[in-house]
Amino acid sequence: MTFERDPVRIRRVLGDKVQFIQGDMAVAYGGLLAGCSFFGGYPITPASEVAEGMARLLPRVKGTFIQMEDEIAGIASTIGAAWGGAKSMTATSGPGFSLMMENYGYAIMTETPCVIANVQRTGPSTGQPTLGAQGDMMQVRWGSHGDMEAIALCPSTVQECLDMTIECFNLAEKYRHPVCLMTDGEIGHLREKVVIPDEDELELFERVLATVDKDKFIPFSESQTRDSKVPDFPTFGTGYHTYVTGLTHNDKGFPATDKQPDHERLILRLTSKITDDREKLTSIEEIELDDAEVAFVSFGASARPCESAVWEARNKGMKVGMLRLKTVWPFPRAEIEKLSKKVSKIIVVEMSLGQIYHVVKEYAAKDCEIVLAPKVGGDMHLPHELMEYLEVSN
Amino acid sequence: MKQEVRICGFGGQGVILAGFIIGKAACVFSDYNSVQSQSYGPEARGGAARSEVIISDEKIGYPRPVGIDIVVAMAQEAFDTYRDDLRENAIIIVDPDLVPRNDIGIPIYRVNVQQIAEGLGNKIVTNIAMVGALIGITKILDPEAVKKAVIDSVPKKFVELNVNAFEQGLEAGLNARPE
Repeated sequence: MTFERDPVRIRRVLGDKVQFIQGDMAVAYGGLLAGCSFFGGYPITPASEVAEGMARLLPRVKGTFIQMEDEIAGIASTIGAAWGGAKSMTATSGPGFSLMMENYGYAIMTETPCVIANVQRTGPSTGQPTLGAQGDMMQVRWGSHGDMEAIALCPSTVQECLDMTIECFNLAEKYRHPVCLMTDGEIGHLREKVVIPDEDELELFERVLATVDKDKFIPFSESQTRDSKVPDFPTFGTGYHTYVTGLTHNDKGFPATDKQPDHERLILRLTSKITDDREKLTSIEEIELDDAEVAFVSFGASARPCESAVWEARNKGMKVGMLRLKTVWPFPRAEIEKLSKKVSKIIVVEMSLGQIYHVVKEYAAKDCEIVLAPKVGGDMHLPHELMEYLEVSN
Repeated sequence: MKQEVRICGFGGQGVILAGFIIGKAACVFSDYNSVQSQSYGPEARGGAARSEVIISDEKIGYPRPVGIDIVVAMAQEAFDTYRDDLRENAIIIVDPDLVPRNDIGIPIYRVNVQQIAEGLGNKIVTNIAMVGALIGITKILDPEAVKKAVIDSVPKKFVELNVNAFEQGLEAGLNARPE
């Protein structure tokens, strides 16, 4: 059965253009708008509402929702659906994300386009189910074994949960890579206004399907039809007999596991298809940075108290701004380097004991002071707590 | 204008729906920004629950309240637990039937919203009567916008019941005085 995205039906199912909804539900809305036709997952707080939304909405646009037996099966079914031709997604939180790591690597190695929403909660292990955290930011980068790149976006508002889910699908399709929406329990459960974009406001990147003669098709090499390191996609069932494996493979897709050059060539293509486009892929927001002497660097929920602190500081005449990472991976290293040459101090604010802090340090100029403002336990930083970091600066 | 509102009670009373309606009335049916957050225990019913709404004519950064302007309590335990971080001159609203030990030495509003709901034949709309009372007392939003949000947020066959609860709660709120 072939799924066809039906814009009229999607809008009928989504309802009013302006709504007051939770971040998790906005993720489901974004999936529907992007043309997602498959969700396979296992509910887990604080991500359950994504599954709940998809269970309710997807069948009404003729898509498929399956509650699998666990998160391993959730991502496995998502990968399988992608090979069947679907735009597919799953959603989870920390414990489930840990279970998904093996197949996350498999999706990277097999160049499977799919979207994983991780509504982060505290950990390790089952931690605090109902509370938000940002402790999986290194796991999404390095959680699977081996050499890899990651694409991860972090929404700070409910509207961004919707918009960035669409963007995740676009990037997944464009790069044939599992793309992660790294949201958190705070934004996932927050309700805010969302405006559902009209059809003519949407930019959707559709999967480039294999079109060359079947006997000339090379499934795991640079594209045969475009100037791209991303191969055209041979949907299962369309006659392009393709062998898909997590083992190191040759251009044809068959295991080629005993020679160094084969592996190197494959991995360099898989990583450089993303790093070549680092500048196109990264997205940041700058707030009050023009004359700033001190800058917060933050992302996701923790950027919200930072923004409040920036306004409060400005009211007191302090030259403070914020750089918000909308894309965390690939890391906006050029933007951090530029910022670090402009301000004398960067305060990295995250709901963890410090993960992105280390990456900022790696790319910042040596004479810029880099300070970590960590917080764990399920609460965001309070704006006045961040003001204390600024007052120390003066 | 910025108002930070907390509605608290026990799980199952509809305090989250009450906050949701106020948040929706503010940003969908009026021109304010609003956010609504919540916290509750693992129980579906029982246990203290609270719903918090921020309404502002400016962009809302930190999405949780830092000082409560208006607190509404629909259960004794919630009233006892969630009265911290009140701003000076915060408006306190309780239903004295649900919060019998409410004398804390400062003037508060007492509105018998559960009696309003019972008078309409269904205690389930106590929360909506309380939304009406809150709007009547604080006048933070246009009642018409809130009524639209009520209609938009409750099951179709219970719209009339909920609108009646809202209007009677509103009336009671308009007539209430702090004592």
